[in-house]
Amino acid sequence: MSVIIIGAGHAAGQLAASLRMEGYDGSIRIIGDEPYPPYQRPPLSKQLLSGDMELEQVYLKPDEFYETNNVELTLGKSVASIDRGAKTVTLDDGETVSYEKLALTTGARVRKLSIPGSDLDGIFYVRAIDDTLGLRDRFAPGKKLVVVGGGYIGLEVAAAARKQGMNVTVLEMADRVMNRVVAPEVSAFYEKAHRDHGVTIVTDVLVSGFTGDTSVTAVTCADGSSYEADLAVVGVGVIPNTELAEAAGLACSNGIVVDDMARTEDPDVVSAGDCTNHPNGVYGINLRLESVQNAVDQAKAAAKAICGKPETYSAVPWFWSDQYDIKLQIVGLSQGYDQAVVRGNPDDSEFSVFYLREGTLLAVDAINSPREYMMGRKLITDHAKPDPAKIADTSVSVKELV
Amino acid sequence: MAKITYVQPDGTKNEVEVPNGQSVKDGAVNNLVPGILAECGGACACATCQVYVDAAWFETVGPADGVEKDMLDFAFDPQETSRLSCQVDVTDALDGLVVHVPEEQ
Repeated sequence: MSVIIIGAGHAAGQLAASLRMEGYDGSIRIIGDEPYPPYQRPPLSKQLLSGDMELEQVYLKPDEFYETNNVELTLGKSVASIDRGAKTVTLDDGETVSYEKLALTTGARVRKLSIPGSDLDGIFYVRAIDDTLGLRDRFAPGKKLVVVGGGYIGLEVAAAARKQGMNVTVLEMADRVMNRVVAPEVSAFYEKAHRDHGVTIVTDVLVSGFTGDTSVTAVTCADGSSYEADLAVVGVGVIPNTELAEAAGLACSNGIVVDDMARTEDPDVVSAGDCTNHPNGVYGINLRLESVQNAVDQAKAAAKAICGKPETYSAVPWFWSDQYDIKLQIVGLSQGYDQAVVRGNPDDSEFSVFYLREGTLLAVDAINSPREYMMGRKLITDHAKPDPAKIADTSVSVKELV
Repeated sequence: MAKITYVQPDGTKNEVEVPNGQSVKDGAVNNLVPGILAECGGACACATCQVYVDAAWFETVGPADGVEKDMLDFAFDPQETSRLSCQVDVTDALDGLVVHVPEEQ
């Protein structure tokens, strides 16, 4: 038996570990185009960028793990094509490798801006270790950083840069930061927190170009405004890497289409992580998730499918974000909510928002409120209908909401 | 460096040498010890790395506090000696440590 895993991200590392834990004893080879073994991406915009974590600490497993468990790493090489009929993959250096089972953990890549000046030096994206190390090298106290995009990545970069004494401005196209994922109360809290830490936040502003000779010196906007910059970071979302799968004739629609056991339409091909479009049983929808939780849980399902012990993957998604000393924990998907109930007071830097639809709890955003986060997870799994009046009343224990 | 024993619910034991500076969670996930999921990678964000510290070791390890304590309160079947293993850093003082893995996370 042999398993080839294309892509060497979080899902790939988990998949290899899970295969061995399931007792799979054939060969496992991970092929990745970055020079690093599978690693965790969350620290790239947090502790690795702020200098609070060393490179080796972001690796998912130590080097010995791969040796001990006989997992072959082929790094710094990409796959050029997949031939599902012959059950082979061809690498960019011409090597052809056959597989019995194939796992696509190709992840996602950043959406790049294509506007005047977007090729200038000093403009960074944050997706890979090299991005973060390159950016961190250019950080220096007093330098001006302009962040394009007020989502998780942009705001985490802003917080890490402030920690290094940078002068930071965040430009957000919508009328509030993190508008795609959180309620207005949470956006307002984060805008205030960043301003309190000395970050300039500008909303309702559309970036139209970068100026500079060879290196960026300013970011210009459609309304004619301009922001001086020694460095710029762009965080405007990602695109799933589906090209290999598409070229191999696998169904793709905003991600590689898999079932709830991480299986593609080809019985010998599974897929996991940011690159998949999959059904979620909790919400009864198909979706693509960009998260560690999904990478890990779906990779476990993929390993079970390969081992002939398929098991349904249906989990409540969860996410987290660390900015300054504020821990945001999100559980569930709030899209489509018709009521948002705030519990606690944002002025205390400790509050949560419960999102309901027709009374059923969809999601909880918990700011420095791990109890609400943990309870929310249980309630969402149970499709509970907590009483909004009790949610809003902090004298009622979070355990007594239903 | 500390030798740590992870005891599974069925009594199976995994003995692992864990370098100083790593966490009790790292010792488990780097050596494929089952039952400690640690999905968030040690950010104290998921509560899937709970262990019950053996009673003989609890005083040395110490209790959880703050975020960890709040998370544990809602984890699977928390007990007096529960800790999130990602928050327990390994030192020579923990050589011989015994922790018990819960039935679920």
